[in-house]
Amino acid sequence: MSVALIVGVGCASALLGIAAGYWLPPHGRLPARNRIEPSRRILLPFTGQEISRRSFEAAVRLAKAENAIIMPAFLARVPLNLPLETALPVQCARGMPLLEAIEQRATSLGVPVDSRVGRGRSARDALRKLLEQEHFDRIIVSADEDPRAGLDYEDLRWMLDRVPAEIMIVRPAPQDTRRISIKAVKGHF
Amino acid sequence: MVACAPNSRGRLKVFIGMAAGVGKTYRMLLEGHAELDAGRDVVIGLLETHGRVDTVRVAEGLAILPRRRVRYREAVLEEMDLPAILSRAPELCLIDELAHTNPPGTEHAKRYEDIEAILDAGIDVLSSLNVQHLESLNDHITELSGVRVRETIPDAILGRADEVVLIDLTPEALLERLRAGKVYPAERIDAALNNFFKIENLSALREVALRQVAEEVGAKRLTTELVGSREESLAADAPQAVGERLLALVEPYPGAQRLVRRAWRSAQRLGAGLDLLWVRGPGKDLSDDEQRSLAALRQLASVLGANMLEEESDDLASAIVEVASRRGTTYILIGGSRPTRGLARLRTPLPQRLMQLLPGVDVRIVADRSQRPTGSSGEGV
Repeated sequence: MSVALIVGVGCASALLGIAAGYWLPPHGRLPARNRIEPSRRILLPFTGQEISRRSFEAAVRLAKAENAIIMPAFLARVPLNLPLETALPVQCARGMPLLEAIEQRATSLGVPVDSRVGRGRSARDALRKLLEQEHFDRIIVSADEDPRAGLDYEDLRWMLDRVPAEIMIVRPAPQDTRRISIKAVKGHF
Repeated sequence: MVACAPNSRGRLKVFIGMAAGVGKTYRMLLEGHAELDAGRDVVIGLLETHGRVDTVRVAEGLAILPRRRVRYREAVLEEMDLPAILSRAPELCLIDELAHTNPPGTEHAKRYEDIEAILDAGIDVLSSLNVQHLESLNDHITELSGVRVRETIPDAILGRADEVVLIDLTPEALLERLRAGKVYPAERIDAALNNFFKIENLSALREVALRQVAEEVGAKRLTTELVGSREESLAADAPQAVGERLLALVEPYPGAQRLVRRAWRSAQRLGAGLDLLWVRGPGKDLSDDEQRSLAALRQLASVLGANMLEEESDDLASAIVEVASRRGTTYILIGGSRPTRGLARLRTPLPQRLMQLLPGVDVRIVADRSQRPTGSSGEGV
């Protein structure tokens, strides 16, 4: 009787182990892709090779507070003499490292990231196309003093007028020159 | 240049350069003289001197076939006389500006088609070409220089050339030649310096030209090594890779973009083409998030100039092998695999399966470097 009991318990344990091994991935954690996804989306558009550290930090703070995902977006400009669908390897050579730097930095701070690339005749046109395709809850831009750096004041005004999302414009801070740039990329990217 | 046997197709030698003024025509004429001195029958089918004194001088002593007049709308154009070349049937014909477009009313729309006819007649040809006229490089160079070149030729024309010679000059030396009036007449120098002939344009074009010729040399070496060898039958079965071709395996989730960027950077460094492959399970429905990720991947592929391929299969490895064989892939990049469950753990992991199924193809597992700890704040951080 006791032998049968031991064998029964042993068999049950083995079956339980097999079932657990089947259903659970190694180390008992859920695969990253199956974790609960954040529901809010914060867009962080840029056009150059660096963004203001203050706008990045604002995005991280908000993302943590709202369980949101940061969506850095590189806005590429297509010259007028080229078709809109054209590949832009030269601009991408400048923009991709910054996307990588932002992703690395945000992920290391525990904030999920999902990058985007927009393409248009101007930065505003690229942003408009991106906004037509997807919904974003919040957009964070830096009111950079150098209009050549990306979105200028007219673009910011256009966003405030037309874009159905909360717009957060980070005030220029000439004394704070810290930037997130391609120099921040770790590894051999 | 080795003469071809009678009645066989002629040989094509192309002098390629980064821009006008590097000396392609000059070098072509020098080679024409050398062939003439060697006793061959050499004529100039078409020469564009652009008023350059040195070019005119070096052309002396070579027979020049007169151009024919072609009426186009209200103008009378002077064009290469293809029937006269075929009738004259020299051993070697020098023809400038391979990418030229012929006016309507001539035998062919493009000069390279005229040259094909001349080669078919068994006549050897020397010709010249600027690198921005190559079709595959046109968009890239337009983006680099801001100048769109209208006259292009298919890359295959250059690929079929028996010899490709790069005429190289540093950008500084070319600008010096331009300022000295050796490239354009005085009235065009300022305009040229302010538009196309900028040092950054020329440096980029030089890099493109050097890379292009390096790829041509690599392709020819590969072909030469295989012809007549024991691998010939194998080569006939498999598409031959000309240079590297990368295949990145993606799925519609946010982390895939990182893999694509990494693959693109590798492709840039190798001067290789990039394909992205998503193998979709049969009948699989995508969630809203997956649909957005897929659209973002397609957009990223388009901006980067990569090809986004989508296959439906329940056997991932077989689908990858089929695509890699079809596309001539030399390099496969995959992300870290998902943790497996149950009996799936007993299966051979995907990288090993690919190594077994695709001998000769490198497989690289891309690490997620975003998970590395980053440094403290500072410049660039």
